[in-house]
Amino acid sequence: MPEDLNWAIGGEAGDGIDSTGKIFAQALSRAGRHVFTSKDFASRIRGGYTAYKVRTSVDRVESVVDRLDILIALTERTIHENEDELHEDSVIIYDGERSTMQDVEVPGDATALEVPLKRLAEDAGGAIMLNVVALGAACEVTGFPIENLDESLEKRFGDKGEAIVENNKEAARKGQHYVQEEYGEFDYDMETTDEDYVLLNGDEAIGMGAIAAGCRFYAGYPITPATDVMEYMTGRVDQFGGKVVQAEDELSAINMALGAARAGARAMTATSGPGIDLMTETFGLVATSETPLVICDVMRSGPSTGMPTKQEQGDLNMTLYGGHGEIPRFVVAPTTVSECFWKTVEAFNLAEKYQTPVFLVSDLAMAVTEQTFSPETFDMDEVEIERGKVVDENDIDTWLDEKGRFQAHFAAADGVSPRAFPGTADGAHMTTGLEHDELGRRTEDTEVRIEQVDKRQRKVETAREQEDFDYREFGDPDADTLVISWGSNEGALREGLTLLEEDGYDVRFLSVPYIFPRPDLSKEIEAADDVIVVECNATGQFADVIEHDVLERVQRINKYNGVRFKADELATEIKQTLDTPAEATQ
Amino acid sequence: MSSDVRFTDFKSDKQPTWCPGCGDFGTMNGMMKALAETGNDPDNTFIVAGIGCSGKIGTYMHSYALHGVHGRALPVGIGVKMANPDLEVMVSGGDGDGYSIGAGHFIHAVRRNVDMSYVVMDNRIYGLTKGQASPTSREDFETSTSPDGPNQPPVNPKALALASGATFIAQSFSSNAQRHAEIVKQAVEHDGFGFVNVYSPCVTFNDVDTYDYFRDAIVDLDETDHDPSDRDQAKDKILESEKEYMGVLYQDENSVPFEEREGVEGSMAEIPDGAPEGAMDLVREFY
Repeated sequence: MPEDLNWAIGGEAGDGIDSTGKIFAQALSRAGRHVFTSKDFASRIRGGYTAYKVRTSVDRVESVVDRLDILIALTERTIHENEDELHEDSVIIYDGERSTMQDVEVPGDATALEVPLKRLAEDAGGAIMLNVVALGAACEVTGFPIENLDESLEKRFGDKGEAIVENNKEAARKGQHYVQEEYGEFDYDMETTDEDYVLLNGDEAIGMGAIAAGCRFYAGYPITPATDVMEYMTGRVDQFGGKVVQAEDELSAINMALGAARAGARAMTATSGPGIDLMTETFGLVATSETPLVICDVMRSGPSTGMPTKQEQGDLNMTLYGGHGEIPRFVVAPTTVSECFWKTVEAFNLAEKYQTPVFLVSDLAMAVTEQTFSPETFDMDEVEIERGKVVDENDIDTWLDEKGRFQAHFAAADGVSPRAFPGTADGAHMTTGLEHDELGRRTEDTEVRIEQVDKRQRKVETAREQEDFDYREFGDPDADTLVISWGSNEGALREGLTLLEEDGYDVRFLSVPYIFPRPDLSKEIEAADDVIVVECNATGQFADVIEHDVLERVQRINKYNGVRFKADELATEIKQTLDTPAEATQ
Repeated sequence: MSSDVRFTDFKSDKQPTWCPGCGDFGTMNGMMKALAETGNDPDNTFIVAGIGCSGKIGTYMHSYALHGVHGRALPVGIGVKMANPDLEVMVSGGDGDGYSIGAGHFIHAVRRNVDMSYVVMDNRIYGLTKGQASPTSREDFETSTSPDGPNQPPVNPKALALASGATFIAQSFSSNAQRHAEIVKQAVEHDGFGFVNVYSPCVTFNDVDTYDYFRDAIVDLDETDHDPSDRDQAKDKILESEKEYMGVLYQDENSVPFEEREGVEGSMAEIPDGAPEGAMDLVREFY
């Protein structure tokens, strides 16, 4: 475990908790310290309880922990909400002059620091700066050089004029001096380094990854916790010739993105559970029209409206199986905030190479976590764009049938058809959610039906052969205990492994970012004595999938030409299956 | 775009399965004429079709086309046009597609005013599912699922459009080939969302709103002193229940399409082989 310090500011929604927390996190990042933030928040604009928590160390931090060292409490409730995380060396900063905070009881042996936040803020130029007074006080307690806070204040308030910036710096110093004079020395000593870090959250990493990958069109409908993707891209994607459109609902959002993708743009939509429900209607169309589309689901607690501001990895089955009929697709789940960037880039390449929907599955934990990285983590020179089988005027002749018609759904051996952007001469073609022939025209011909179903499924098999759908491995490769997880749990598990090691437990940990197609884990599972699948949901959706993968194989009879089973046909098929060695039918 | 494009170039080699006499034949012919006469060709045209009898149109026409999910044709069209404003986008569907399952998208597409045309084949019936009430069916129109009539007034799509800030509202009639093509052509030429409601009779399931009914009821606005730039005149005619008007009811000559207001300059299809120039600045923003 890194030598870390855990800091938080809490109060009511509307108290500026987020922006104050972000100012402190940024100051730490600028001072060359690693930061991992989290939020306690509710789905309301004002009132209630909300907190911004910062874990910081000179070493990398990958998780939150159940320990709070410094707490700025703007309300009494903030203290109670965090009672379990406080310990005897914890310091609580609060305004004892505030009418609602006069009889505050500080739990256990924690140190109470009464700082007249509001009065000192007024002395510096306005009560509105009381949170910044608290930040100054926190600097003194933690031994963090206040000059680092100045830079962060300049970034936050720079556009409001120099006077506001100076007032805020003064407010911070008033808090610092008050603690110095009234309370003396504290044991904390936060060192700084010369490292330069960037600080961003998972949604921002997805948005940045999308722009880097050439995404030029985004349509979405605001929803927690996916809205940050949309807000990040708004304005920024314009600088690269793109556009964000706020649709009237998610039904529209995914169809707009589909339209843009048909026009040749790299397109994306992002949403969360309730929005994914609505978008499900269009999954099948994306797949049968063979349109490259990235559909991002930033998961939150369900079902229904569930707990909109709480974490859950409950949509795995939804993204794997959502939609009627059988829909070839890819499901990719980044495992860290920085991987949110890289997996987004990959999602766009997969979508265009295989002309399929790609589900990019993130979650609230990553969406609200601001984490530090060296800027090279996002080395734009490493971004590769693969557009797949796009044809233009020069090579389109190869793909015309004997009557000169473009074969947009040509049943190629690898399953991937040529793609002509609208505007390409001789490329005009139809496509539809109805079953269609190679020209994209509706058909119910049983042979064509089978040909098209098979060609779409073949894309998945081609991808299995051509792509590297591997897991990320941590811990002891020879350990008898195997832990498997997916999505955002990687950081907490990596740090958890260190704790286990200290207690004498050796663990091999596989973090799986590819849900479909996914790596075959049967050998790894076979080699382990105990296998544990970790995920943030009640039923173990990924565990089900893993168990399915290692089950004994059954033999299968399938029919999908649109005609029901017939008795004599079934009898024949079953006899044939029994006469064929099991190996050959798989 | 070539100047020698004929309207038959927009015809595919697939024969329509519409019932003989269906209004959709005439509606489609007018669409093809309007596209050809406005200098478009199949390779720069994108047709989006909804679901229902009308939705089959993408198959019978030749162009880039998508036949999508029931009710969502307009969002697809908006996406196509936003991603490549150089394309001619025409969306087509029926009254069920546009005013029932897709009604939400209709009013927002109207107010968004993307430069495209929307041709609705309004036959006041659900044809493909064999004769149920549609959102434009008359209140007392008896069908298999509404034996006493829907018992609710029909939607007035032109009034909806006007209330949603439409910049172009027209009514057409599939049987009047020349006028219909002219009206659709005006919608295509309009800088913004060109909405054309087309009376396109269903000869199989609707014995009330027939060719004969429309022929008798329709008044051609060209034969009146109607001024389409006058929103109040348009409002009065749209809300009038006794008459059916044909022609451009309203057009805002100062309309500026959404994509232009939003500063979309050209096709979004072309992108560099790697991250775009200046992408590292995005990372530096997070210092």
